Amino acid sequence: MLLIKGGRVIDPAGRRDEIGSVWIENGKVKDFLPGEEAPGGYDGRVLDARGKWIVPGLVDMHVHLRDPGYEWKEDIRTGTLAAAAGGFTSVACMANTKPVNDHPEVTRYIREKADREGAAAVYPVASVTRGIEGKEMVDFAELAEAGAVAFSDDGKPVASSLMMRRALEYGKAFGLLLLSHAEDPELCGGGAAHEGWTAHRLGIPGIPSAAEEVAIARDILLAKQTGGRLHIQHISTKMGVDLLRMAKRAGLPVTGETAPHYFTLTDASLEGYNTNAKMNPPLRGEEDRMAILEGLLDGTIDAIATDHAPHDDYVKRCEFIAAANGIIGLETALPLSLALIAGGKVTPSRVVELLSVNPARILKLAGKGALGKGADADVTIIDPDAEWEYSEDRVRSKSRNSPFFGWNLRGRAVATLRGGRVTHSLLEGVAADA
Amino acid sequence: MDWKRRHVLGLADFRPEEMEFVVDTARSMEEVLTRDIKKVPALRGKTVVNLFFEASTRTRTSFEIAGKRLSADVVNFSSATSSVTKGETLLDTAKNIEAMKPNILILRHPASGAPHFLSRFVTCSIINAGDGANEHPSQGLLDLYTILKAKGKIEGLKIAIVGDILHSRVVRSDLHSLGRMGGKLWLCGPPTLVPREMERTGARVTYDIREAVKDADVVMMLRIQLERQKTAYFPSLREYSRMFGLNRSVFSLAKDDAVILHPGPVNRGIELSDELADSASSRILNQVESGVAIRMALLYLLAGGHDASH
Repeated sequence: MLLIKGGRVIDPAGRRDEIGSVWIENGKVKDFLPGEEAPGGYDGRVLDARGKWIVPGLVDMHVHLRDPGYEWKEDIRTGTLAAAAGGFTSVACMANTKPVNDHPEVTRYIREKADREGAAAVYPVASVTRGIEGKEMVDFAELAEAGAVAFSDDGKPVASSLMMRRALEYGKAFGLLLLSHAEDPELCGGGAAHEGWTAHRLGIPGIPSAAEEVAIARDILLAKQTGGRLHIQHISTKMGVDLLRMAKRAGLPVTGETAPHYFTLTDASLEGYNTNAKMNPPLRGEEDRMAILEGLLDGTIDAIATDHAPHDDYVKRCEFIAAANGIIGLETALPLSLALIAGGKVTPSRVVELLSVNPARILKLAGKGALGKGADADVTIIDPDAEWEYSEDRVRSKSRNSPFFGWNLRGRAVATLRGGRVTHSLLEGVAADA
Repeated sequence: MDWKRRHVLGLADFRPEEMEFVVDTARSMEEVLTRDIKKVPALRGKTVVNLFFEASTRTRTSFEIAGKRLSADVVNFSSATSSVTKGETLLDTAKNIEAMKPNILILRHPASGAPHFLSRFVTCSIINAGDGANEHPSQGLLDLYTILKAKGKIEGLKIAIVGDILHSRVVRSDLHSLGRMGGKLWLCGPPTLVPREMERTGARVTYDIREAVKDADVVMMLRIQLERQKTAYFPSLREYSRMFGLNRSVFSLAKDDAVILHPGPVNRGIELSDELADSASSRILNQVESGVAIRMALLYLLAGGHDASH
């Protein structure tokens, strides 16, 4: 029995934003109790959350845990510890491991290891095509039975329009969700940065915005053609947002996500050939960044996901064009998202929707993204005013590839609970339950 | 003036006075080249390593001769592989060479920013001899020097640069050297090879070679590479040559005393007609000559020759 006491409970799924306590029993939410104080006669464990926010555990629908196959970059234990430290209680991990998660055995390996060692719930995403080679479809139904919550060739696009069409169409039989890494590989060419002034000036081959937009448009049209469920991953361009908005207005079953770096940074960060500003899709221009903020505000973009992509130092400590793509993000996503509120237009409730409610809904994660009676006791306690510096020596991930070191951040998860157990705590006198 | 640089990575942060200072130093070096014995002891006991990850005969030779004229020990290290996926990383290669205690590393590498990256890890000086599509600073300075010799000034000159602007490190250095010294630059080529964004440098962009060359004081033609045709930047060399090549008829639009430059090697009959390449207007061989003097000046300044003379 545990009472998280007297915080601002923000539970958009239950239309709640008020001071109160969350009462937990047997790993589930037992009840909400209004007011700052514990009820008379309560003699169980108490977690004092006065002055803090109590929100449903955060859900990151796009991470790379590198396990199996690249455990020196990250593994399920360290990846989920990083998640817990960042306030996440659930993560969906992409399939570009070694071997690729294209077989139920790999899916089961991930789930079982996560059950044993995970500090967060891990939901495997299987690939769309065998080996992420774009040639043959995976056994969708078997993978779904083994626990795959969605399908994506992330890291690479499904290059063939026909393959994408068939996958969307076939998946309808089982209500499957396809996550699209939207990119036209030919237009992308050998590009390494957003095709714009910065790349031209630095002499870096460009990736045009159209490489993403053409693919988003294609996939939306295929979703319309087939009626299959589609989710667009890591949207980085203005027209990408516009296309998603259009699809939603047309009533199509399409959702979309972006990552904190796309609404926080622009290609100006490439200055000095900074390999920690290299990712795919690339950091875009200011106009794109503003459009993504707009999309987050007006509901076009459903979710913020990190695309947490750990890499060992040496694949980033090299010439720009040769450097690996991606950055770690689990421990910075929350404060970077909370920064949206300071702009004055985004409400705390909307941030919780973007980081918890919506990703849980899109992936159909039962018991997640809500704090109503009977929901899983996955809870994140946030101090919205905590000021802290993100520094390399405190990173929980095995990797250190982030452009945000040295940044002064505001707001952080001061405690994370999964199924009623403390997976991360900065609260005085409260230790993680190991 | 004081020379404080340890590296020459690019001209992006060079002030006009610094560029003039290098040119002045090159002028005094050039005097050495007219002597019967073309050698001075300025860099005796210093080691210069040419570290080239891309084929280049003329730039490497130019640096090698420049080093030898100054009595440096010059060593050439060429490598065909430059990718981290193929064996040794660039950083490891550079650190291995640095362990042999060179004073100056001259680096050519296909990746933009490679010398900037290495400069964070090595203690010797680095001269960028061309990094990807980023910069080729010694070329930018030798073009400046060549035009100064031909025209006596840069300020107010119309300078047309025609060809593959998108992939050209020469252009990016020239924009800094010639642009910052007051030249009016025009960039020309097919739209697939001339990004509009380049106008943010202050240069004008046109797709019409006649507009670029009209009343120009200097016309610089860039080498067009055959593989650009295979990746659909233009339909054929024949059409490229007709629409963007420099021939007698187009060049007649330039000022009477206009000069022609080309960083080499020239594709005769493609970007530049055979007769113009050898005409009195051509300063192509002067560029090569100026190149040795500029590179001597850079080696001399980086090796501390300037401080020693005070």
